[in-house]
Amino acid sequence: MTLLETLTPVAATGSLSIAWLLIAIPLAVAGILLVVGRAGDAWGHLLGAAAPVAAFVIALVEFVELLGAPPAERAVSVPVYTWAETADRTIEISLLVDPLSILFALLVTGVGSLIFIYSIGYMVEDPKRRRFFAFLNIFLGAMLTLVLADNYIMLFIGWEGVGLASYLLIGFWQERTSAALAAKKAFLTNKVGDLGLLCASFAMFALFGSVSFADVNAAAPDMSHGWATALGLLLLLAACGKSAQVPLQVWLLDAMEGPTPVSALIHAATMVTAGVYLVVRSQAIFTLSDEAALAVAVVGLCSIFAGAWIGCAKDDIKKVLAGSTMSQIGYMMLAAGLGPAGVAFAIFHLLTHGMFKANMFLGAGAVMHGMGDDTDMRHFGALAKGMPWVFGTFAMGYLAIIGCPFFAGYYSKDHIINAAFGRGPVFGWLAIVGAAITAFYMTRLMMMTFFGPSRHLPGVHPHRPGPVMVIPLVILAIGSIIGGLVLNGWIQGWLSDAIGAEVEPVHIFETSAIAWITLLAVACGIVLGVLIYRRPIAQETPVSRNFFVNAGRNELYANAFNEAVFMRPGQRLCDGLELTDRYVVDGAVNGGVTLAKGASGLLRLLQNGYVRTYGALMTCGAVIVGAVMILGRLA
Amino acid sequence: MIPLLTAQAVAFWVFAVLAVAAALGLVLSRKPVHSALCLAAVMVCLACLYASLDAPFLFVAQIIVYTGAVMMLFVFTMMIIGVDSVDAMVETIKGQRIAATIGAAALLVLLVLAVGHGIITEPAGLDEAVGQAGNVRSLAYLVFGRYVFAFEATAALLITAALAAMVLSHGERLRKKERQKARAARRTREYAEQGVDPAPLPNPGVYARHNSADHPALLPDGSVAEGSVVPTLAARGVVVVDRGRLVAPNIVADETIRAVKDEQHGLLPGENELRDPGPAAAIAAAADSEAASGPAEAGENEEDER
Amino acid sequence: MNPNAYIILSAILLCIGLFGFMVRRNALIAFMSVELMLNAANLAMVTFSHVHGGLDGQIAAFFVMVVAAAEVVVGLAIIITIFRTRQSASVDDENLLKH
Repeated sequence: MTLLETLTPVAATGSLSIAWLLIAIPLAVAGILLVVGRAGDAWGHLLGAAAPVAAFVIALVEFVELLGAPPAERAVSVPVYTWAETADRTIEISLLVDPLSILFALLVTGVGSLIFIYSIGYMVEDPKRRRFFAFLNIFLGAMLTLVLADNYIMLFIGWEGVGLASYLLIGFWQERTSAALAAKKAFLTNKVGDLGLLCASFAMFALFGSVSFADVNAAAPDMSHGWATALGLLLLLAACGKSAQVPLQVWLLDAMEGPTPVSALIHAATMVTAGVYLVVRSQAIFTLSDEAALAVAVVGLCSIFAGAWIGCAKDDIKKVLAGSTMSQIGYMMLAAGLGPAGVAFAIFHLLTHGMFKANMFLGAGAVMHGMGDDTDMRHFGALAKGMPWVFGTFAMGYLAIIGCPFFAGYYSKDHIINAAFGRGPVFGWLAIVGAAITAFYMTRLMMMTFFGPSRHLPGVHPHRPGPVMVIPLVILAIGSIIGGLVLNGWIQGWLSDAIGAEVEPVHIFETSAIAWITLLAVACGIVLGVLIYRRPIAQETPVSRNFFVNAGRNELYANAFNEAVFMRPGQRLCDGLELTDRYVVDGAVNGGVTLAKGASGLLRLLQNGYVRTYGALMTCGAVIVGAVMILGRLA
Repeated sequence: MIPLLTAQAVAFWVFAVLAVAAALGLVLSRKPVHSALCLAAVMVCLACLYASLDAPFLFVAQIIVYTGAVMMLFVFTMMIIGVDSVDAMVETIKGQRIAATIGAAALLVLLVLAVGHGIITEPAGLDEAVGQAGNVRSLAYLVFGRYVFAFEATAALLITAALAAMVLSHGERLRKKERQKARAARRTREYAEQGVDPAPLPNPGVYARHNSADHPALLPDGSVAEGSVVPTLAARGVVVVDRGRLVAPNIVADETIRAVKDEQHGLLPGENELRDPGPAAAIAAAADSEAASGPAEAGENEEDER
Repeated sequence: MNPNAYIILSAILLCIGLFGFMVRRNALIAFMSVELMLNAANLAMVTFSHVHGGLDGQIAAFFVMVVAAAEVVVGLAIIITIFRTRQSASVDDENLLKH
């Protein structure tokens, strides 16, 4: 039995019929902000921050309405209009509000609102703040299009919109070459994934004659196993691109070139979750192909370790957090690849991760802001006293991500580890090791940033962020503490009500052997981290001969690999094509031109400018035509 | 059967021959004025042919519109751009004349062939179509009925054409018009700098027997005032330059006056010789010498007069 | 009387006009030749009207006259304008649009 897809959408009523406003408001605001120009500099940020709040309120109202609806009527279709209609195929633009998409809408708008509000303070000195908010709203609108779409084509539109917005935002400070390059890299890497989604959509259109989730889910069981695997792998490719999973993870670390709120938005609420959403949405396909599901889980596992590895080695606070994102998304992919048992936990972890990762990113942004935009942790230290609020909220996020009992991450991650053991002991044990490494590198980050002696660069005086930045931090910190407790148990029911499956009882504190082992592993990681990073830390990155350290610092040589395997041959191909173009194509074209030019040079002489000659020529023509006609009649 | 010679046939043969001859005259005459006259003749001939074809309205319209209005425009234009400029008949484009002849002849052959091929029976005549209403009235029914939109379109076309002609022939004034004050200043300046006479140009000499603008005026000393004839006429070579002819009337008049005076004052015969020779005699002497010096010019002038 | 004669007269006049247009350099004479060709066509139409017993041919001739009048007005204005700028009424001088 599969999850989520057996609900047949019912027609929208009440507040659900205005679900399109969720998308329309941010996009309209973005349009206004871009159109008004400098006139909006004074109030653009306020309008820009109001949009996600308004969207959040709408999402909340709809969530309450769904909550009150009977379980069988919790998938609601909101038709907007018919986009393309042919004899036997129709593409509708319509929205699907169901338990899964409303959760995403809440996460996107909720966390998004906090990030937007935080950005008011963070970007206060940037002359392009209004444009920044316009781009943020495009991001939000595209992500909401993505999660509220009821078919793969519309999802693809949102998917591309997210890619565009991320390009604009990562390269927001485009005057910096590194930012421009990072934006380009993210865009291109995403395109690889987009290809997967496009091909998958084409295949679905060919196979099922429709791309809507309901039709695909209904028709999926009839397709062959080979097609199911192919579709699953294509969708996995798409998810890898958007969610920065191995092997398409390279863009994520460079994406740190964007302003920190963008990083928070990408990592916590919008972009990287899209891949998980896609895999969860397409569960009907993955349940049909064990191979595809296994591939998802393996990719997840690889990403857990790749991200953790990078997280252990980097000194840049944002890149460590980026590594941890990769790793945590890896957990979600792992869960999503475990079949129905894990899907709900993937979403659960996604929600809690959205809160604590946004919390930590915004906290890191506050630290950077206070330290003069320095991101090197070797220049931090002793900030616990300098920025008590930031430290306090960051610590909550830290406890949540390492899986400290009763914090948000504890519940979601433990469930995933449990489910991984259900798939096979290898998965489970590797997941536990991943949790231990997570604890280690997050402890490292905490030790280097907030504890120990001050290693500030001369002239840097940490200052505390203003309330507009602190309040979102506090709210997110509260979410990091209680998010797990609130959602635990309920979310499984919410997501599986549709199929009436048995919900296993969950406890506030697990007492199984696996839970204890996990806790032990996490504790080991913490202790190791504390012991190592209690020692003095150099201000400069020490040269290391250790292969693992160097690999981590160089992002596992993925860039070098890509350069060697894709870029260089590509360049050579381009060079060859250019030569072909210059000598073969241009030669043919220029030869043709020379020929035509010579011929027309001869023809040109007919045009001697004398009207009388033209008259004579016309007469000749008339005579010929007349002769042909008359002779034709005579013949 | 003996062909019956009808009025139509007579009209046709007369006017057809005239029309072809006039058309050839149009094409072959050297002077545009002659061409215009020939064209007018062709049109009148055609009008008569229309009349012979039961088209009285077109007959009138042809004369009014073509020979009246269109030809008038042609003649006006001709006067603007030089009424008697003679075309050089030397062909400048190589082979053009041969090509034109061959092309026109070929087209003619072709058309005659086509006409000969089309077997035309006895004409139906217009009696039935015209009926009781008469030609003009029937045409009016058609013009204001079936063809009313085409008619209105031609009205718009005519108005547009009139506007276009005005726009096209409206010369843009390049510098400001010279007012009286400026002209006076200019003339004075030219007099000061180049010695040009600041006074208005003298009128041409006008004689009762001739009333011609091609006779220059004479200055008090008997010399010819070059500025008194239009330069165009001078350039064309039609101006009288024979001083003898110019002064001859003066001498005659002078002698007549003298004779009358003598008669009145009762001068004795022979007294005349004792007096000083008068100005008229001096002029006559000068004229004689000039006539002797330029016989060729004088001959040309005589020819002109004829 | 056989209307073929009229048609052939019309053809002759047309060809004379055509010949004149091709041979004469004076813009006015060339223009008059065009008028001659138009008149030749008119004659043909009036003849056909007579042959077919309908007045439409005469109407057509009438319209040709009107259009020819408009054409003459504009054409002569153009000739005058050209003469003003180039001091020449020869069609061969208006050969800037060559090659």
